[in-house]
Amino acid sequence: MVWIRFILIQNRAGKTRLAKWYMQFDDDEKQKLIEEVHAVVTVRDAKHTNFVEFRNFKIIYRRYAGLYFCICVDVNDNNLAYLEAIHNFVEVLNEYFHNVCELDLVFNFYKVYTVVDEMFLAGEIRETSQTKVLKQLLMLQSLE
Amino acid sequence: MPAVSKGDGMRGLAVFISDIRNCKSKEAEIKRINKELANIRSKFKGDKALDGYSKKKYVCKLLFIFLLGHDIDFGHMEAVNLLSSNKYTEKQIGYLFISVLVNSNSELIRLINNAIKNDLASRNPTFMCLALHCIANVGSREMGEAFAADIPRILVAGDSMDSVKQSAALCLLRLYKASPDLVPMGEWTARVVHLLNDQHMGVVTAAVSLITCLCKKNPDDFKTCISLAVSRLSRIVSSASTDLQDYTYYFVPAPWLSVKLLRLLQCYPPPEDAAVKGRLVECLETVLNKAQEPPKSKKVQHSNAKNAILFETISLIIHYDSEPNLLVRACNQLGQFLQHRETNLRYLALESMCTLASSEFSHEAVKTHIDTVINALKTERDVSVRQRAADLLYAMCDRSNAKQIVSEMLRYLETADYAIREEIVLKVAILAEKYAVDYSWYVDTILNLIRIAGDYVSEEVWYRVLQIVTNRDDVQGYAAKTVFEALQAPACHENMVKVGGYILGEFGNLIAGDPRSSPPVQFSLLHSKFHLCSVATRALLLSTYIKFINLFPETKATIQAVLRAGSQLRNADVELQQRAVEYLTLSSVASTDVLATVLEEMPPFPERESSILAKLKRKKGPGAGSALDDGRRDPSSNDINGGVEPTPSTVLSPGPEDIGPPIPEADELLNKFVCKNNGVLFENQLLQIGVKSEFRQNLGRMYLFYGNKTSVQFQNFSPTVVHPGDLQTQLAVQTKRVAVDGGAQVQQVLNIECLRDFLTPPLLSVRFRYGGTPQALTLKLPVTINKFFQPTEMAAQDFFQRWKQLSLPQQEAQKIFKANHPMDAEVTKAKLLGFGSALLDNVDPNPENFVGAGIIQTKALQVGCLLRLEPNAQAQMYRLTLRTSKEPVSRHLCELLAQQF
Repeated sequence: MVWIRFILIQNRAGKTRLAKWYMQFDDDEKQKLIEEVHAVVTVRDAKHTNFVEFRNFKIIYRRYAGLYFCICVDVNDNNLAYLEAIHNFVEVLNEYFHNVCELDLVFNFYKVYTVVDEMFLAGEIRETSQTKVLKQLLMLQSLE
Repeated sequence: MPAVSKGDGMRGLAVFISDIRNCKSKEAEIKRINKELANIRSKFKGDKALDGYSKKKYVCKLLFIFLLGHDIDFGHMEAVNLLSSNKYTEKQIGYLFISVLVNSNSELIRLINNAIKNDLASRNPTFMCLALHCIANVGSREMGEAFAADIPRILVAGDSMDSVKQSAALCLLRLYKASPDLVPMGEWTARVVHLLNDQHMGVVTAAVSLITCLCKKNPDDFKTCISLAVSRLSRIVSSASTDLQDYTYYFVPAPWLSVKLLRLLQCYPPPEDAAVKGRLVECLETVLNKAQEPPKSKKVQHSNAKNAILFETISLIIHYDSEPNLLVRACNQLGQFLQHRETNLRYLALESMCTLASSEFSHEAVKTHIDTVINALKTERDVSVRQRAADLLYAMCDRSNAKQIVSEMLRYLETADYAIREEIVLKVAILAEKYAVDYSWYVDTILNLIRIAGDYVSEEVWYRVLQIVTNRDDVQGYAAKTVFEALQAPACHENMVKVGGYILGEFGNLIAGDPRSSPPVQFSLLHSKFHLCSVATRALLLSTYIKFINLFPETKATIQAVLRAGSQLRNADVELQQRAVEYLTLSSVASTDVLATVLEEMPPFPERESSILAKLKRKKGPGAGSALDDGRRDPSSNDINGGVEPTPSTVLSPGPEDIGPPIPEADELLNKFVCKNNGVLFENQLLQIGVKSEFRQNLGRMYLFYGNKTSVQFQNFSPTVVHPGDLQTQLAVQTKRVAVDGGAQVQQVLNIECLRDFLTPPLLSVRFRYGGTPQALTLKLPVTINKFFQPTEMAAQDFFQRWKQLSLPQQEAQKIFKANHPMDAEVTKAKLLGFGSALLDNVDPNPENFVGAGIIQTKALQVGCLLRLEPNAQAQMYRLTLRTSKEPVSRHLCELLAQQF
């Protein structure tokens, strides 16, 4: 659990639904990373592992319907912890958006950032309790 | 729980997003966006002051447009205005815009920082968190400068809300990573460690990350975290699956926090305190025990969370590498996973076992799984899993199973994915060499490699087989026979032709007795491949042919005809043409004796570390680089040694006044090299300098190897040699350009000429920049006058005669000193030989004494030296006497040598 380099949510066509960067990249580099991750992840089938080496790092990813949730971390980091961190995040989104679908992420993109910041900050896991995160999100939701 | 509806709150935004989604073409989308941009621009420029809501809506639209991939060049000011709104939703959009579109416009940064400052001071936890998240997301140096001092205060303040503490901890972590110099340790550090005891698990989760990062640079300051982490971990591990309520994930208590705590403990050696250690071992055992219990849920989330903790526990056990019992248990657990139906677990078990294989306590336990791993190599569907299996086979290989593993890897190579073939080839080549019991097996293996995957056999691999065959005469005949057979194949790889050509040229005579491989047959076999080969291979074959003329005079006419052919003599390639012309002439004009001398069998190669191993190390690269490396740069340049950036040393080396004094240990380091020529001259946390040198007569050549031990490049790396005083007139040291050697380290070659006797060694000044800080280092170059010793053998009577001739008092230097090392005759002998003089037996009437003689060779003069060393074991003393024709030399040699015993 050292340091997440970035989190990406992409659909099968390669459209980015969330990109959260935890290290400095310029815009061209970001675009390249997005394309490469898409190319690496979408060719894998369900029998494959949820981990794939990527440059000097690795991508931990899981597919939910048409969306790929990807986290890029150091090669010696704990794969399963991040795999479940993705699931934990997805469950929070699901609860918050009440059966989340891709469109929720499109129309409420600015809220998705808030959810991410509650759960991950500075590339680290900030909060893991779904109850606590949702309570906080609902409180924020009630504010003007 | 109320669901969030689409575009809730900002209808205009939802409409705009819908419009964009309905666009049928890219052009339509751009048109719609341009229309929107024009609209927003006019609103922002309009006379009517916009209300907060409109501003928020338009800024949010701009953000959406930016995220679609379009440039946004306005709206920043409006976003900054939103920061000072009192409404959360407006503030949030403002901060989000700033975080996503960081702009280093200094005017704005000042305003942004001002807004952040107000929010941090607001005592409103929601606003404080927004501000902290913004700092954490941007993490710029400017923000560090503005807030690095405030955040520790917020973090440890008694009245900060839990959520604020969580954010502050990670915000501080981000600033520390970006600019460590801005975050001074202080009174707050101790209080941060105590956050591990916090009641709120979320605070602990954030704090562990911060401590893990800080303790790497300041392990002692944070040492108290060990016992706190152990007790926290122990409480989690031993809790029932429902105790932790909110922090229980699919019946697993606090999996992420557990993993983080186990990671933190890996920053330290095992706890010294027996009670703490006992408690920790108990935790680790509990985790291993739980892995054997039936699962509390069938959901994959349950087993993943549980196994995340298990794998991290195993990592800690491997990190300690001191508990044989735990290591073996870990290995057994992983063994079960090797056959698990989840691909993820099989992959992770293979990966984790690889590290277990290198521990002496678990190596044997890992080996018992060989059949399963071989099976994985053959049957796994995911190439990354097969690759882990190949890694593990390589790691578990030893003398007992090398043949089996190598043959399985060879078999796998036939169907292996192209991406990993070269690596497998290297691994096979290394294992075959390392564990070769008989070298015929080694030769077979390498030739098989070339046969199966010739394209992936790099030069290092086939050079190495030639070196080994050349150095071992017991395998040469076998090698000749085997390559001869391999070349019979109608289509054989060009690398096979190269190896075959070289080996037959050297050792073809060993199989020439058999009529099936008589000289003409060997020649025509090789020549049948000639025309299809590349220039480099044809050049090599031409050399083989000329060697054949020497080995087998009967082939001379045929070969000369080949050389004389227009296709060779007038070949468009200059190298081939030159070889043909020269070889043809050589074979015509040289006598058999001359030919035999010129074309003599190659001498054995000096033994050295396998270059293949170096290549594999380079290929594997670092566990993680400091930046995402997409392979555009030479990947070898930032691994192992971090890549030293060499600059050619300037002709005008700095004078002695420009460089600092030698480091305090310089003399001690120099002394290490008086009697030897190779070794590590210097090492610190950043840099290692190795030396390899050879001297003959008054000349010497020295190789300096600079290894960068960090993961970042050194800037302006410049090593120079300086001659203090009038050394310039006594010793010439010519620095050759500094070149990167294979990416592993930088090598610098020095040519040295001793002009006349000298007393002080040259200085080596190394300067570079590391992380912005200039580094300078001055060492004494290990060149001492004795390096130019030529040993001289002489009989007893000659020795005494000369000894008498050098009887002037100033010609003699004597020292009586206490032994600093155990007095061992063999060691002493080795040191004297290393010093450079000849050792003369049967000269001194006392057999305990050592007597030596030699001549120091300089360009201007020769200095004859005689020495006598008298050990007195009882008193643990030595008496050393030197007589030379030059007074200062006697004294200097005496001083140098006396330091060695």
